[in-house]
Amino acid sequence: MTPDFRMSTVSYREAMREAIRDAMRRDPRVFLMGEDVGRYGGCYAVSKGLLEEFGEERIRDTPLSESAFVGAGIGAALGGLRPIVEVMTVNFSLLALDQIVNTAATLRHMSGNQFGVPLVIRMTTGAGRQLAAQHSHSLEGWYAHVPGIKILAPATIQDARGMLWPALQDPDPVLIFEHNSLYNETAALTGEPPEVDIRKAQIARPGRDVSLLTYGGTVALALEAARTLEAEGIQAEVIDLRVLRPLDEATILESVRRTRRAVVIDEAWRSGSLAAEVCARIAEEAFYELEAPPTRVCSAEVPMPYAKHLEQAALPQLADVLDAVRGVLA
Amino acid sequence: MSEALGIEREQGLHLWRQMLRVRRMEEASAELYTKSKIRGFLHLYIGQEAGGVGVLEQLEPGDAVVATYREHGHALLRGISARSIMAEMFGKQAGCSRGRGGSMHLFDAAARFYGGNAIVGGHLPLAVGLGLADRLQGRKQITCCFFGEGAVAEGEFHESLNLARLWRLPVLFVCENNLYAMGTALARSEAQVDLCRKAASYDLHAQAVDGMDVLAVAAAARACVDRVRSGEPVFLEVKTYRFRPHSMFDPELYRDREEVERWKERDPLVTFPERLEQAGLLEPGDRERLEAEVASEVADAVAFAEAAEFEPVSDLCRFVYAEGAPE
Repeated sequence: MTPDFRMSTVSYREAMREAIRDAMRRDPRVFLMGEDVGRYGGCYAVSKGLLEEFGEERIRDTPLSESAFVGAGIGAALGGLRPIVEVMTVNFSLLALDQIVNTAATLRHMSGNQFGVPLVIRMTTGAGRQLAAQHSHSLEGWYAHVPGIKILAPATIQDARGMLWPALQDPDPVLIFEHNSLYNETAALTGEPPEVDIRKAQIARPGRDVSLLTYGGTVALALEAARTLEAEGIQAEVIDLRVLRPLDEATILESVRRTRRAVVIDEAWRSGSLAAEVCARIAEEAFYELEAPPTRVCSAEVPMPYAKHLEQAALPQLADVLDAVRGVLA
Repeated sequence: MSEALGIEREQGLHLWRQMLRVRRMEEASAELYTKSKIRGFLHLYIGQEAGGVGVLEQLEPGDAVVATYREHGHALLRGISARSIMAEMFGKQAGCSRGRGGSMHLFDAAARFYGGNAIVGGHLPLAVGLGLADRLQGRKQITCCFFGEGAVAEGEFHESLNLARLWRLPVLFVCENNLYAMGTALARSEAQVDLCRKAASYDLHAQAVDGMDVLAVAAAARACVDRVRSGEPVFLEVKTYRFRPHSMFDPELYRDREEVERWKERDPLVTFPERLEQAGLLEPGDRERLEAEVASEVADAVAFAEAAEFEPVSDLCRFVYAEGAPE
């Protein structure tokens, strides 16, 4: 059941599970809690098998009380543990928004640096599975608005495997957003677990003509666009932001200054989005080096519909990205 | 030793003194508010002192306290100095939260005092988590969580009591029922006003006590703390009353003067010394000596706060994240 991680093809789900398992083995203070993480094996099967391996004390099924178990994670972190709290989806995390925004994010500053909250909260995000308007939104940009927390969005198998441990080492709260479309993605993971610098964005594909800046579930879309554009002789660079707060502005600006064109792809709504923030920073810092205004590809501003054709129409599509790129190259 | 009260003279003087320290510090705070030395919201504990004293006297030094925005008294009673509390309310760097929290957010790591929380009910889950950490690490310490009866309407109250009982966590939930959630009387907001019945529905021990009687609170809290230390959560309702408005902005349109006056007849700062007197535990000069000592502590705290420095503005963005950590 346990894949051999020294040299094998693993899924995003398995990589995340192995990251949790590894952290639990390395540090007795680490434990996992959330809805259905134990007996059920995790809503997305990430924690399958962990209850059997680590027992009820460290793999804790919780009641459907998001506010209480996220808040309990804060308290447990204050009490010397290193909790990983799983919230089923970002939509449900709104029931714990008070705990995250009013307590986890504020405690260090509000207490004059006496209390930090070394807590990791994982949750799924994103659309694409016809789950309609209460299970499909991408609200990580909201969280990225808030000082005091850090926001990660692993888009690759490597990051799914490698981001959790540094997140647990962080003395402050870290939220990890896992796009639901990624769990079945696979890649070869060889050698030692990847060491991920959770302060840095990553160049997913180098290029010289245009920067496609994105994260999470739409990194694959950007890469697909880059491959399509290559056939037309356009070298698109894909930046996987992967850290949504604090943004790695240096990597963003370095890329944009080189390519002189920026297209930001964000599955969230356009208004007040992370894409808006990235565009604003590019405009503030690199305006005179640009050949074209920075532009965005976001979801349509509707609650996500159920019907497949409508959902797909609401989400950023390859054609939208290609159009945007051709627009800035025109 | 008084047969009638069941306490020694020294014990009686100590409880009186503790209540008096809170009362006089709060009175000074109110005055300093009118002089604009203290700003923001200011919620006074005047009238409720017997509850805090009766409960907190039962805790051990390693126990944790999680409180609300009406927490000056709890902070003082947990050993946080009047100086650092007053400096905090003045917004000074010497304050127990560096002047970043103010009246509603007193913190002290050494005292294991986790605020000063100003989202009603929002701190109950935090207390549950502290209890979980203690249990998983095999520590004997307990967590004492104070909240008002207004918090009972919040989901966190129900979620937290359930979780604490489900996982058998050492948390003492102390509901200080002063009858009004800001200006809303309990009966105007709750269908079931018997709070112990609500708590008991989560299958935990729940009891109520007269919060104007410090000895009754102390006895009830002692029994509750013992029970919590043996490894189960307990709910204690302290029936009390605040003599002052909810905050300094409250015109008190929701209750009449007579009601306030009736409760003031039960003022623990009046009735408790009378009981000590009747029990023959007082000596001439006790009151004067106690008042002088407390007045001097408060005056010293105010002078300290007045003289303390403000944190430089250049420090504004410090401690959003840990320093030296990846950022």
